[in-house]
Amino acid sequence: MFRGKLFGVFIAVFLVFLYAPTLLLPIFAFNDSSIVSFPLKGFTTEWFGVLRDTKPLHVAAKNSLFIALTSAFLATILGTLAARVASRYKFPGKQAAIGFIMVPMVLPEIIIGVSLLVVIIQMGMSLSLWSIILGHVLICTPFCIAILNGAFMNLDQSLEEASFDLGHSKLKTFWLITIPLVMPGLVSSMLISFTISLDEFIIAFFLAGTEPTLPVYIWGQLRFPAKLPSLMALGTILLVLSLFLLGLAEFFRRRGVKRTGQMNSGGFL
Amino acid sequence: MSNNAIIRLENITKFYGDFQALQETNTEIMRGEFFSLLGPSGCGKTTLLRTIAGFEHPSNGVVYIEDKPMTDVPANKRPTNMVFQSYAIFPHMSVEENVAYGLKARKLPKAQIAELVAEAIEMVGLKGFGKRASHALSGGQRQRVALARALVLKPKVLLLDEPLSALDKKMREQMQTELRRLQRAVGITFILVTHDQEEALTMSDRIAVMFDGEIAQIDTPQGLYKRPNSRRVAEFIGVMNFMSCEVIAHDTASLDVKVAGLGAVTVPKDQAPAGIVEGMKAAIRPEMLTILDTNEKSEFETAAKIDEVSYYGDMTYYEVRFGGHDENVTISMRNTAGRETLSTGDTARIGWGVESILLLP
Repeated sequence: MFRGKLFGVFIAVFLVFLYAPTLLLPIFAFNDSSIVSFPLKGFTTEWFGVLRDTKPLHVAAKNSLFIALTSAFLATILGTLAARVASRYKFPGKQAAIGFIMVPMVLPEIIIGVSLLVVIIQMGMSLSLWSIILGHVLICTPFCIAILNGAFMNLDQSLEEASFDLGHSKLKTFWLITIPLVMPGLVSSMLISFTISLDEFIIAFFLAGTEPTLPVYIWGQLRFPAKLPSLMALGTILLVLSLFLLGLAEFFRRRGVKRTGQMNSGGFL
Repeated sequence: MSNNAIIRLENITKFYGDFQALQETNTEIMRGEFFSLLGPSGCGKTTLLRTIAGFEHPSNGVVYIEDKPMTDVPANKRPTNMVFQSYAIFPHMSVEENVAYGLKARKLPKAQIAELVAEAIEMVGLKGFGKRASHALSGGQRQRVALARALVLKPKVLLLDEPLSALDKKMREQMQTELRRLQRAVGITFILVTHDQEEALTMSDRIAVMFDGEIAQIDTPQGLYKRPNSRRVAEFIGVMNFMSCEVIAHDTASLDVKVAGLGAVTVPKDQAPAGIVEGMKAAIRPEMLTILDTNEKSEFETAAKIDEVSYYGDMTYYEVRFGGHDENVTISMRNTAGRETLSTGDTARIGWGVESILLLP
């Protein structure tokens, strides 16, 4: 079984390459030295204390959370509408329209960032958190559509007709039948958009104005070697937070699958 | 219109772009009747049903329910409820929640809803299944939930879109009887869409046979089987043998025809279409032809050669060849005690009567 062994080694090397750098984050976050290098010096929680006392960091984090939540929410709403149209209705030019909506997924972000900057300046508007949200909604929406289109395609149309037939209005039907049944898709869509927006750098950098997001703030701090350990601590917090979010999303997805008795078709974990 | 009609279709047509799904349709469906729309797939039967339900809007014409025009009444305000082909059971709700769903739209008090739901669940034979998650149900049970969910609203008309097609044979036969029993018990008008002629024959009071968006004939099951008004209907309902024939003479009471294979016959006028139609065929059901035993006698007799034998246990189907008719004719014989089964190549005497011959356009 030489080939089998080789394949196993390959997978091991690949996983180490993928995760080892990430694992360095928590190690150095608790290392009692202002220089990020081996050998380790001792255990400390000092760097987390530094984070607690760095006010600009709090502002950046708050900005990022606000932008990520708002973008995720808006992109998911837009994605829901587009996916609904894509899966239910036929009209001339539909393919082209959906195609153009999906393009930002592959467009270089630097192009989106620069062109949005030009447009916003030309229109005489000032840069704010909302200009970043605009950019993030633009790049998140295609992902939402891709996820939600699947959810809407899997939804049996006669369920909605049955609800309408049994006396509920179209709006009530959407609320009582459609939304609960595409909920796993909505959760996935929100989560993906939230993640994309939270760590997006280029657009945020171009459109930030005077209010930096977390990635922009971190990039700014990298110039000061003394700040590195506290950035490691920040990275550790973000890592734990993402794992928690991922677990939460998977929990809701599995519960949804179980409740509706559908086939368990993949998911994140 | 007659006072007993609950649904009246007036000049209904339906176009999808250039394609005409429904030819002009005028029909009445009676109060308390079990009415079936029967036809091959694509004949417009489901379109007609969905037009009555309010999911499709007719291109022309009006649907009346109890004399009220339904043109501006959407599906959720019509006194009709539907059982869908896929049953459309809400997967995120229990059996009880499914059945209560329509009642909640009516904003009835909770206690009354609970009472009606329990009653409906018991009526369809699902007592004790109320708390069951709907995805844990079998096909037959889903069907029952769909029925309970619609009937609990006491609609004037229940519409059923191929409700039995997803069930296996045994379950289907059981549900046929049960649907009929349920319909008698509640006294609600049922309109059933099906492509299965046997299903339509066993359950319905009246059947509308549809081809190419048009109702070809409406009659009772017996009427359709015994007096189909065209070759197409005759072929769709059961098995029918066709033989070419030639009209020799006719008067007000009867026609003298020469039927290929059978010879000259005098057929009463009521077994023939009105007027003389070019290219009429003589039609005869397999069970109306008898293979005579040695001592048996019949009004008319014709010699034939057995070409093929299919043994079904209770029945035997013979393909026989008459002299002067170049196609095989199917004969079905009940395998009663003492009757011997013939084999291929045998010659037989075939007995028949004039009353079993139809002339069809």
